[in-house]
Amino acid sequence: MAKFQLKVNGKALNVDADPTTPVLWVLRDHLDLVGTKFGCGVGSCGACTIHLNGRALKSCQLPVSAVGTQEITTIEGLSAAGDHPVQKAWLDLDVAQCGYCQTGQIMAAASLLKSKPKPTDEDIDNFMSGNICRCGTYTRIKAAIKKAAETSN
Amino acid sequence: MENSNNTYDRRSFLKISSLSGGGLMIGFSWLANLMPNEAMAAEVAAAPEGVLLTGFIKITPDNKITLFSPNPEFGTNVMTSLPMLIAEELEVDFNAVVVEQGDYDTPRFKNQFTGGSNAMNQAWIPLRTAGATARQMLLQAAANQWNVPVAELKASKGSISHASGKSATYGALASEAAKLTAPANVPLKKMADFTLIGTPQKNKVGKDIVAGHSLFTMDYKHPGMLIAMVIHPPAFGLELKSFNATEALKMPGIKDVFSFEVYKDSYERAGFDTRAFNKLIAVVGNSTWEVMNARKKVVAEWSPIQTKKEMVAAWGRKKEETIPGGLESTDQHLKQMQEMQQKPARLLRKDGNPEEAFAKAKKVLERTYTAPFLAHNPMEPISCFAHITPEKAYFVAPIQIPEMMKQNLMANLDLKDGQIEMKLARMGGGFGRRAYGHYIVEAGHISKKVNAPVKLIYTREDDLTNGIYRPSYMITYRAAIDENNHVTAIAVKGGGIPEGAIHENRFPAGAFDNYMAEGWEIPSNITIGAFRAPGSNFNASAEQSFLDELAETIGKDPLDYRIELLKRAKANPVGKRNEYNADRYIGVLELVKEKSNWIAKNSKNSKRGVAAYFCHNSYAAHVVDVSIKDGQPVVENVVSALDCGFVVNPEGAKNMVEGAVVDGIGNALYGNLKFDKGATVQKNLNNYRIIRHREAPKKIEVHFVKSEVSPTGLGEPPFPPVFAALANALYKATGKRLYNQPFINELGKS
Repeated sequence: MAKFQLKVNGKALNVDADPTTPVLWVLRDHLDLVGTKFGCGVGSCGACTIHLNGRALKSCQLPVSAVGTQEITTIEGLSAAGDHPVQKAWLDLDVAQCGYCQTGQIMAAASLLKSKPKPTDEDIDNFMSGNICRCGTYTRIKAAIKKAAETSN
Repeated sequence: MENSNNTYDRRSFLKISSLSGGGLMIGFSWLANLMPNEAMAAEVAAAPEGVLLTGFIKITPDNKITLFSPNPEFGTNVMTSLPMLIAEELEVDFNAVVVEQGDYDTPRFKNQFTGGSNAMNQAWIPLRTAGATARQMLLQAAANQWNVPVAELKASKGSISHASGKSATYGALASEAAKLTAPANVPLKKMADFTLIGTPQKNKVGKDIVAGHSLFTMDYKHPGMLIAMVIHPPAFGLELKSFNATEALKMPGIKDVFSFEVYKDSYERAGFDTRAFNKLIAVVGNSTWEVMNARKKVVAEWSPIQTKKEMVAAWGRKKEETIPGGLESTDQHLKQMQEMQQKPARLLRKDGNPEEAFAKAKKVLERTYTAPFLAHNPMEPISCFAHITPEKAYFVAPIQIPEMMKQNLMANLDLKDGQIEMKLARMGGGFGRRAYGHYIVEAGHISKKVNAPVKLIYTREDDLTNGIYRPSYMITYRAAIDENNHVTAIAVKGGGIPEGAIHENRFPAGAFDNYMAEGWEIPSNITIGAFRAPGSNFNASAEQSFLDELAETIGKDPLDYRIELLKRAKANPVGKRNEYNADRYIGVLELVKEKSNWIAKNSKNSKRGVAAYFCHNSYAAHVVDVSIKDGQPVVENVVSALDCGFVVNPEGAKNMVEGAVVDGIGNALYGNLKFDKGATVQKNLNNYRIIRHREAPKKIEVHFVKSEVSPTGLGEPPFPPVFAALANALYKATGKRLYNQPFINELGKS
């Protein structure tokens, strides 16, 4: 076990964990931030997507020891009231079915819009293809990303 | 929009439901439960925080109205659509009401089951009756208080008013209303008078989902909770011989490592009690990562199982199930299925004299279709929370069939009736996987052993390698064609491992004078179960691909040929056991023909395919347009037509169909679970392929047949015909018929 101080959603938080522990499990088990989901543990589904220094990253592949002073943002920190333009677009277009993957999808989409405020269909396909939705809400997700792109500009 | 004037065919509904397993629900009536039972009466008496009316509705004095959704939610949006039924009749503002998931409480709710596309259909009358009955009680309470006749009162938006100007909220009247006897036979609204049902309503849980709130079992926390994982044999056909946990127990945070048996030897399994392995090793510790690491240190020895027989009491009848020894492989499965196709099989149905028609045929079209095992892979891996104390057993469980878990939990965890408390957590997908609640029993055993609250977690690998899969299938279709290019007979023969997919009483049965269906099964030790539209998902694929090729062979338009056959089946049906309603079938085909602009676009150069199917009481047809880019299929557009009776929530319904289209394309193109020496070849999502954003259709258009028939389900019906519509379109794009799923493998072959 080792002690780490992490910057999560703007707060400095202390964690005592095995250095190899993926940030996914630090968030979920140690910090009670369960909006970041476990889907595959091998970086193939995107359910665990967080932002590290503002960029989307799969937290199941990031050991806590590698974080250092980099800033972690989770779905809980994306907006205080769940009203980030991406979250609002998700609600407007009634995207979710089971909902389990959607926080990861939203974190990925928010990161995409930060780097490409007006993404093309191809941009969305390329950026979002690491995030699986088993219920198949892809067409709604794409429409919601475009809607968020309109409303945030 | 087309109008469907067909009345609901109850006889065929009963039959079909029993085939899909949902028929067990038929006998239940919620009407008997509208009267508060003893427990509810006690709750009412001691409820300053509010009263329950009819078990589904809670009203507090400050007029907060909570509607309980009885069925578990796994993404079909029943937590929105079912409360809509209550709200419509109760006369409340749907935006103002709170919706809560009902706990496992079968005496109160009944029909706590989400599967077989049955939830809406089964709730249609009972939940509206619950709302109407409660409204009537509130009206009566106001009438008593103001000393006026009920007929002079109006209920609207959670209040009751009188022409005199008197008015009161439901909250102010609820306590008095709860003391009244629930009236019988309260009339329900006519469809034409609906103001909520039939309007698009957004997901009631949407805000919690996008904010990442704790909704799922995986997210559940409890004071003193430990994390548990299991170790199961690495291959089907093996069982635990011995294990050594010395090193694992030395790992940090580890509390216990032990083996246990899921079901007792004496336990007679019911239909949903399937589990891959009965003897498991449990590793229990403080945190997920610690348990994952310690699990790797357990050294286990496995031994081959011997062929055995188990009695299973499934769907009201007992049968002996053979579980053969041996380590099975996909290559061997294919050979076994090919051999079975050459042997005599069980006759499922025969009309006329197909043998003679084939003997006289000028030409015979014969095609064989295959499909691999599939894994459900719901996004939330399998999990369950259990806390067993001497007094009670408390679970937080993601389970599609709570009411069917009772006998299993009681028998295998030595619980008494009434000791089981279960919160029904939102499920991160199900697709049939979470109809098999062995993991609830497993969590219970582990909690008992360590005497602590425990959350059992499967990894993705655990669920993929230790699963309940969609069977592997093979079906051969044959058509006899005479010298006039008329089809004189159809024969279908096929089976699967370990069960087949043929629905012998579905279309095209009924449309041909000479028809024959035969089936077989190959026993296997690989565990299988319901997967979104069980059986139908492959039967539709084979049948609708074959009809397409048959239409081409005899020089007819594939869509019109289907309609022609259905018209024959309607006018002069062959046989008495046909399950489908030909009119409604024709209805979705006509609608998809119109909306896809089939006539104008179906030129020689078109790259589009059509397919239609009926299952789980609803009708679906799709037209799929594809192109090929860099050798890869691109789905440009999908037009879907559905007849699921009256559409309760058009927004949720549309989302369901879109999802089924994407799921169908994904499984048809990529879904593939192979076996080698008893083990799955694919072990995680890095090699088990699930459709991704860039592979999804560019556009999906959904249309519903306008209908006044009672609503039927949508979770399954749109799914099966997607496979064939895609295959038929890909044929147009590539010139190559696709017979073996996953199609991506066949497309790659020259």
